[in-house]
Amino acid sequence: MLKINNLIVSYGNIKALQGVSLEVKEGEIVTLIGANGAGKTTLLKTISGLIAPVSGTIYYSKNEKNSSLNHMAPHEIVRLGVSQVPEGRMVFANLSVAENLDLGAFLRRDAREVRESLDKAFQLFPRLKERVTQNAGTLSGGEQQMLAIARALMAKPKLLLMDEPSLGLAPILVKEIFETIRKINQEGLSILLVEQNAHLALQLAHRAYVLETGKIVLEGPARELAMNEEVKKAYLGA
Amino acid sequence: MKSIRQVLFCVAILCFFFFLNHFLTLYLNPYYLQILIYAGINVILAISLNLVNAQTGQFSMGHAGFMAVGAYASAFFTDRVGPLLHSFFTHVLAFPDFFSSFFIFGFALVIAGCLSAGAGFIVGLPVLRLRGDYLAIATLGFGEIIRVMILNMDVVGGARGFTDIPIYTNVFWLGLCVYGTWMVIGNLIHSTKGRAFLAIREDEVAAECMGIHTTKYKVGAFVIGAFFAGVGGALLAHEVGYLHTNSFTFLRSIEIVVMVVLGGTSLVGSALAAIVLTLLPEVLRFFSEYRMVVYSLVLIFLMLARAKKWKST
Ligand SMILES: Nc1ncnc2c1ncn2[C@@H]1O[C@H](COP(=O)(O)OP(=O)(O)O)[C@@H](O)[C@H]1O
Ligand SMILES: [Mg+2]
Repeated sequence: MLKINNLIVSYGNIKALQGVSLEVKEGEIVTLIGANGAGKTTLLKTISGLIAPVSGTIYYSKNEKNSSLNHMAPHEIVRLGVSQVPEGRMVFANLSVAENLDLGAFLRRDAREVRESLDKAFQLFPRLKERVTQNAGTLSGGEQQMLAIARALMAKPKLLLMDEPSLGLAPILVKEIFETIRKINQEGLSILLVEQNAHLALQLAHRAYVLETGKIVLEGPARELAMNEEVKKAYLGA
Repeated sequence: MKSIRQVLFCVAILCFFFFLNHFLTLYLNPYYLQILIYAGINVILAISLNLVNAQTGQFSMGHAGFMAVGAYASAFFTDRVGPLLHSFFTHVLAFPDFFSSFFIFGFALVIAGCLSAGAGFIVGLPVLRLRGDYLAIATLGFGEIIRVMILNMDVVGGARGFTDIPIYTNVFWLGLCVYGTWMVIGNLIHSTKGRAFLAIREDEVAAECMGIHTTKYKVGAFVIGAFFAGVGGALLAHEVGYLHTNSFTFLRSIEIVVMVVLGGTSLVGSALAAIVLTLLPEVLRFFSEYRMVVYSLVLIFLMLARAKKWKST
C-alpha cells in the first residue's frame, strides 16, 4: 500500500531523516515509535506532501494502481486516499464541530455518501454528535482528538497517518482512542501510527519500526519488538 | 421557471436602485449625498478587504494600490474610449444619452475590476507565500509600487493628476456595486467551497491536510478582493472627477484595514465600521482644527470597546 525507500529529508543543514525505508501493507496497522525529535512528524509530513524530500521514493498503491507521491501536492495526495491526523490535533478552533467535519470531506462530491460518512463518524464518536454545533476550540483535549480523527475519516481515506494521537490525553481516553483505531482498522483501513506511547502502540499494531535520530534502527512484528530487550529498556521503561 | 424568476429579480433590483437614485437626488442635499456615496464606496472596500484579511486571515495592507488601478483604468476608459463609444451608441445605434452612459460606465466598472484583479493575481502569487508581518509589509510595498508606477505614467496625467473625468457615479451605480459585492463575497464565504477560506485562516497546515489547495484559495481571495477594490476605485474616480496618486498612499490602505479590524470578522461588521468611520470626520467638523485628534481618540475608544466585547464572547 505504502512503500518508502531510502528517504532523506532535511531542514536546511539539519538532516531530519537519513535514509528511512518503511512499508505499510494493505489492512495493516504499522506503528513507528521513537523519542522526541527522532523525525516521526517529519516522516508523516513528507508522506502527506507538506515537506519535499531531498531524495528517496514514496510509492502508494491503491487498486493495483501504483503512484509516486514524491512530487505531489498535499491536496492531490489526499485525493488519492491518504489522510493525516496531524500532531497536536489542529482542529479549526473557531469553527463548529459540524464545519470541521464538513471540511474533512472537502474533496468529496457525492453529498449522500458524505452524509453516510458523517453518520458513521457519529457512531464511532457519539460525543461529537452531542457537540455538533459547539466550536471545536471549546472541546476537551480528548474530544478534539476524536474530532481530528473523525475529520480525517470524512475524506474516506484508504491509508490513515496518525501523529501521536495519545499526546496529552488521560490514560482512559488513550485506551478509548486506541480501541477506535482498532475498530476502523478492522473495517479495512490501513494505518501508520506514530507514537511515543510505545507500550500501547506495540499492543495494537501488527508491525513496528523504531526510529532514532532519523534512522530506522529496528523493525519487525510488533509482538516481537515488545519483547526485545533494547526496546524494553529504551521505550517501555522496563 | 427559475431563470424567469432570476431575470425578474434582477429587473426589480435595477428598478429599485434607479428610483432610489431619483428620489435621493431630488430630496437629499448634495453634501449628504456625497457622504452617502463615500460611505458606500468604503463599504465596498471594507467588505472586499474583509475577504482577504478577516476570512482568509492573510493580512494585506495594499488595498489602496488595487483601488488606484481600478480608478485610473476606468477613468482612462471613460475619458479616452468613452467619447468614441458615445458617438457610436448615439449615432449608429441611436441609443438615448442615458443608455449610452449606462453602458460606458458599466464597461468601465468591469474593466476596472478586471485590471485590478489581474494586478491582484500578479502581486498575490509571489507575496502570499509570506505570512503575518512579512505579508503585511510586502503588500504595503506592492501597493506603493503600483502607486509610484501610475505616478510615472504620462498617459494618465502623471504628477499633474488625471482631470476632467466624467461624473457618472450616483446612487444607482453605488447601490448596484454595494449589492453586487455583498452578494458575491457573502455567498462565497457561506458556500461549501468557501469554507476553505476560513480553514486557511484557522490553520493552514490543517487546511492542507483536508486537501485544500491553499495557494489557490489564498490567491483567489486576493484576486476577488482586488477586483472589488478596483470597482470601488472606479466609483471614486467618477464621483470626484479628478485623480491624483496622493489619494492612494498606504494611509488609504490603513484606513481600510482599520475598518475591517474594527468591524470584526463578519461582513456586516466591516460594513458598519466603514459607515461609522466615513461619518465620523463629518460629525466632528465641529471641532475644527482638533478634528483629527478627536477622531483618533474616538477610534481608540471604539477599538477598546470592541476588544472588550470580544473577550466577553
Ligand atoms: N521546521 C523545522 N525547522 C528546522 N528543524 C526542524 C523543523 N521541524 C523539525 N525539525 C527538527 O527535525 C528533527 C525531527 O523533528 P520531528 O520530525 O518533529 O520529530 P518527532 O516528531 O519525532 O518528535 C528534530 O531535530 C527537530 O528539531
Ligand atoms: Mg512529532
